[in-house]
Amino acid sequence: MIRLLKIEWTKLYHNKISRILIACYFLLITFIAFIAAIKIEVGPIKFHLAEQGIFNFPYIWHFNTFIIGYMKVFFAIIIVSMAASEYSYKTLKQNLIDGLSKKEVLLSKIYTMLAFIVASTLFTFMTSLVLGLIFSDYTEISIIFSDLEYLVAYAIKLFGFFSFCLFLGIWIKRAAFALGFLIVWQMAEGISYGLMKWQLSDWIPGLTAEHVFQFFPLNAMSNLIKEPFTRLSGIQNIAKQVGETFDKDYGFDLTSSLVVLGWSFVFLWATYRLLQKRDL
Amino acid sequence: MTPLLELQNLSKNYGKIRAVDRLSIKIEKGNVYGLLGPNGSGKSTTLGMVLNVVNPSSGSFQWFGGTLNVHQALKRIGAIIERPNFYPYMTAMQNLKLVCTIKQCPYEQVEEKLKLVELWDRRDSNFSTYSLGMKQRLAIASALVNDPELLILDEPTNGLDPKGIHQIRALITKIANQGTTVLLASHLLDEVEKVCSHVIVLKNGVKYYEGAVDELTHSQGFFELAAPNLKLLESILVQLNLFETIKLNSDKITAYPKAAIAPEVLNQKLAEKKIYLSALNFKKKTLEEQFLELTDNPNNT
Repeated sequence: MIRLLKIEWTKLYHNKISRILIACYFLLITFIAFIAAIKIEVGPIKFHLAEQGIFNFPYIWHFNTFIIGYMKVFFAIIIVSMAASEYSYKTLKQNLIDGLSKKEVLLSKIYTMLAFIVASTLFTFMTSLVLGLIFSDYTEISIIFSDLEYLVAYAIKLFGFFSFCLFLGIWIKRAAFALGFLIVWQMAEGISYGLMKWQLSDWIPGLTAEHVFQFFPLNAMSNLIKEPFTRLSGIQNIAKQVGETFDKDYGFDLTSSLVVLGWSFVFLWATYRLLQKRDL
Repeated sequence: MTPLLELQNLSKNYGKIRAVDRLSIKIEKGNVYGLLGPNGSGKSTTLGMVLNVVNPSSGSFQWFGGTLNVHQALKRIGAIIERPNFYPYMTAMQNLKLVCTIKQCPYEQVEEKLKLVELWDRRDSNFSTYSLGMKQRLAIASALVNDPELLILDEPTNGLDPKGIHQIRALITKIANQGTTVLLASHLLDEVEKVCSHVIVLKNGVKYYEGAVDELTHSQGFFELAAPNLKLLESILVQLNLFETIKLNSDKITAYPKAAIAPEVLNQKLAEKKIYLSALNFKKKTLEEQFLELTDNPNNT
């Protein structure tokens, strides 16, 4: 395993672009702390984000995993190009001839992916912990370490997304097209949701668009950590004033986790089959 | 002794096209093999199959008598196929170290092999800055970095200038002389004739010939004869009944013996018949002539 990680790391580390992207990713996670510094003062209206309670334990686990979740796009580029470049440089062929098995090729990518997920989750944990300790109104140990399942959801979300990226990179063989496909796929999920919402209940009574939509890979990933904004007391107060209430379940969603893990398995298995079947 | 590599009825179909057709070959230790064939004869596909990058349609092959699975076996051999493939953003040194990690061999050989292919001075330049000849040489260094038991080279001089071709050939000869088993695929026949001890001839995925280069070129020597009276010479040669074909040209006769016959014996026999030759040339066919003859004749298998 160390050998496979070393192989993949060598390929990534010597590539200037992936080195920059990796550095950017972790810097951005760290710099999320600067959100805390957002202060808006327009005449009598004073708004200081850190005082809105976003850094309160345990809410911070939810908020930070959600926001940092968007940074995964940086990593999508790395994963897709690390898969596709093996085809464009024809180094996959050379690696196999040099004695790497197809299974090892895939494993070296998966291990690297897992290493990044672990690193990213730890980074998110540390950043949130530090921010929370500085800004949180509650600092009892039991409160600090409650709701940590958001970090688990975060790791699963990354695993699902990266597996999808890896599959697209290997399948399409061109990094740019694979990323394009990812965007098209995202839109396709949205459009099919719209269509289902419009027609599905008419065709099959009792089946709503939400029933089907929760099984779509990208939607399931976003369901893992729901948007945290409507949970803020400030926002809820405003909502109450206009007569609206949010009765969302913001917690850890087991169905979504299973769906995402299921898709991850499908993507990785499909990647392995592609590697096995293709003649180079 | 177990062969390094053995192919049994190995076939590959691309749709309806049969690129390799029930090919059986044995590669024994210590020989230098030439895998010959025109473009599209299935050489690269055959090598691709034994190198784990092309899936065979049927048949089988074993490395080292089947004691190792394919990717383990490949760590003990060295191969370059078609074009050199390395990470362009990495230096020669970094690329070779990566190969070492994959092959699970120590880094110590890297320096020696880079010096062997005369790239040591450029070891810290990115692969993308190399000329084609340098890339090809780096590929050879990479194939040698584990001191392979078998070296497979597919068209190693393709696209090189004469100097590059010469360098690569000298390298191959040097490596072969050190006792490494080599399998050299090429359509350049003089290249194979110069360095190989054995040849395997492929055409349309079918094996036409397998054996020592000497046997192929020696066995079928031929004579070019001339005498003041060519007509008379021809009739005497027919009488002798030693030749399979006798061709009368404008100034000489080309005669292909049925069985090997030494020039002095032929000379003596003709002298006994009172024919005195003005020219006697015993010629061996070049590999190229042999090859064309083998592959042009559709009945010859």
